[in-house]
Amino acid sequence: MRRLLTLAPVLAALASAAFVVAPAQAHRQWMLPSATVLSGENVWVTVDAAVSNDLFYFEHVPMRLEGIVATAPDGTPAKIENGATGKYRSVFDVQLTQKGTYKIASVNDGVFAGYKLNGEQKRWRGKAEEFASAIPAGATDVNVSQVAGRNEIYVTNGAPTETVRKATGRGLELVSGTHPNDLVSGEEATFGFALDGKPAANIEVTVVPGGIRYRDQLNEMKLKTDAEGNLKVTWPEAGMYWLEAEFSDDKTSVPQAKQRRVSYVTTLEVLAP
Amino acid sequence: MRNIRFKTTATLAGGIATLAAAPALAAGAEISVTIPQLKVAEYHRPYVAIWIEPKAAGAVRNVAVWYDVDMKNNEGTKWLRDIRGWWRKTGRTLTMPVNGVSGATKAPGTHKIASPLAGLAPGSYELVVEAAREVGGREVVRVPFSWPAKAPATAKAAGTAELGAVSIALKP
Repeated sequence: MRRLLTLAPVLAALASAAFVVAPAQAHRQWMLPSATVLSGENVWVTVDAAVSNDLFYFEHVPMRLEGIVATAPDGTPAKIENGATGKYRSVFDVQLTQKGTYKIASVNDGVFAGYKLNGEQKRWRGKAEEFASAIPAGATDVNVSQVAGRNEIYVTNGAPTETVRKATGRGLELVSGTHPNDLVSGEEATFGFALDGKPAANIEVTVVPGGIRYRDQLNEMKLKTDAEGNLKVTWPEAGMYWLEAEFSDDKTSVPQAKQRRVSYVTTLEVLAP
Repeated sequence: MRNIRFKTTATLAGGIATLAAAPALAAGAEISVTIPQLKVAEYHRPYVAIWIEPKAAGAVRNVAVWYDVDMKNNEGTKWLRDIRGWWRKTGRTLTMPVNGVSGATKAPGTHKIASPLAGLAPGSYELVVEAAREVGGREVVRVPFSWPAKAPATAKAAGTAELGAVSIALKP
């Protein structure tokens, strides 16, 4: 019997890459900074990057360093230094030479396709701009899908600034409201999300506190943005939190793609009052 | 290691000068902060921030920030964010050192600061003292008071771990 290449192994292979294509039940991808609120003259952060089940222990595969970009408060690129990829996690440093808020992000604007050529099942993945020449003539059963994934964290040296939070206009982004490095337990934060540059209304968002290993209940918060794209969260306690939103829509940039998988992940640090 | 173990004479002289600069005031406040003596294996003098904040929204007045002010390359500022309440309220917008506010860390004992409270608008305030100790804990003590005082008055509170008694003696 001819074995058909199903989508599952494709997803598994891609899950270990920078692409966030796995369905909601699969592992969590995250970056964990050594601190988000920093002071001093020679300021550095070290970031762990992994794909795992646990929050925030690394026990599955590392996140790939390629595609992780740091942006300084003035909008210019900042260096990712001392990068290393081990068995369960990648780790890297960023020197915060400017005062203000830095963004460290891994953005995946990808297309993947499956097709049949001469009886063989083939697959392709790459950027939307490269797709025009991707599928050879004579291919059949072409199945194209797009991904707009963003995994980002914010860290601040000194007083928080807003420049790096401006929307890029593609995918789901956290662009307004309470500054992500100004979070305190017991206080309510309001986060403003944008989808392709416009308010992201009625998006389901999941927030999970770290430290899962040491308790029975997951304690996840299932929230939803309102019609203006705003989300309210009151933090039960201090610690690191994982926030994720994931859904499919049909707003693809490649016309052959019927579906786009949109995802957003961030790690938020909540301090005690 | 945050603290310089062997203080220079200059720093000691600066410290004594601050203690001596607390004579009787015409009007204003005398703030007293006690740093407790702690029996720990590795003791570091705490980083302490002292400020006055209005009960309603409004600008915060920094009174003193005691930290490792003498380290080269301003390295002592690395741990200012550990005084996390102060850092979020006002510290993160400042460039340290600030003349008249910054000072070296203080040894266990009672320390007094004279503050004329010049230009402080009438209203309800809190004197807030926050201490964070390297390889130790962190504590905040708040002392509510009203300004101006119609008669001399002292308001006080006390910490339980990283701070002892904190008081503000007001003179009309």
